Amino acid sequence: MSFINYSSREINCKIVYYGPGLCGKTTNLQYIYRRTNPEQKGKLISLATETERTLFFDFLPLALGDIKGFKIRFHLYTVPGQVFYAASRKLILKGVDGVVFVADSQIERMESNLESFDDLKINLAEQGYELEKLPFTIQYNKRDLPNIVPVLDMDRFLNLGGKPWFEGVAVTGRGVFETLKAVAKQVLFELKKNY
Amino acid sequence: MTGSDLVMYEEEFRKIDSELQKLHQQSNAKVVFLVDKNGQLIASTGETHDLDTTSLASLTAGNIAATGGIARLLGEKEFTILFHEGEKDNIHISLIGQRVILVVIFDGRSSLGLVRLRVKKASETLTKIFEEITRKVEKDKGEGKLDESLFAEISDEDIDNLFR
Repeated sequence: MSFINYSSREINCKIVYYGPGLCGKTTNLQYIYRRTNPEQKGKLISLATETERTLFFDFLPLALGDIKGFKIRFHLYTVPGQVFYAASRKLILKGVDGVVFVADSQIERMESNLESFDDLKINLAEQGYELEKLPFTIQYNKRDLPNIVPVLDMDRFLNLGGKPWFEGVAVTGRGVFETLKAVAKQVLFELKKNY
Repeated sequence: MTGSDLVMYEEEFRKIDSELQKLHQQSNAKVVFLVDKNGQLIASTGETHDLDTTSLASLTAGNIAATGGIARLLGEKEFTILFHEGEKDNIHISLIGQRVILVVIFDGRSSLGLVRLRVKKASETLTKIFEEITRKVEKDKGEGKLDESLFAEISDEDIDNLFR
């Protein structure tokens, strides 16, 4: 659900990073935060446990620039990936305009990816969204590790709708902005379609 | 999208802004702000200069969402008021028309009773304004007015340019 403010000439959209525990959702946001000009970003808020696991969400407001005199702002959120935070994940998806699914490329994490992907579909459906119709991008993260699944195999299992995907190494920033750009573009085009 | 995008027009924004200013004065509050349930700041008034209102808005919405989750687990529809008491400052959060969140930050110069009373009055007015906005959006969508004003002209290139 975007917020179009004709008074302050702003368009605000919400993007949620989803995926299994430790797949790199927070790392994506941290990289974006580090690599964005100070005037384009707000504070990166992390509601995390003492061991730096996301407890509720991370939040990063980004101002991308202007289109036709309207400031375009994106609010990036992550969900807590750990299975038992299911209730919190649902809340964060409320009013989402676009979703990034961060998948962990390691062989032993494939099952967690699939589980998280199903969880995403169920939670979206509960809010009346269909994943197939929502702006959506997948990032196959951790491509620098040795024990990884070939990207095309991952794509076959996780990317049923043929949405844009990117290989990523979130710690070094590989694929991070490409992923964000792909989803942000879809969000803006979706807005255009609806108005 | 789900058809429930929030649109704010100049006219209604001014009405909201003046209602918030009135509430700010009458309740003797430090800061008053209005947030959409998804965490986006709609308007604010008072001593906001050294406050990170964007983060506050997002966290307030998270707070309301979490409390709403608790309510449903208990079989309640929603808890419409939250109140946090601090050493100096207090924060009063209330849901308006299931859609927006009204936040009042106040200190010893005011009191919870006064804030509650004034918030109740302001809520009624604000609810009406948001009903007006919903009607207006439906009407504009029907007439295709929103098209001409903004989105029809956005090109692939405009969007690409954002990421240079």
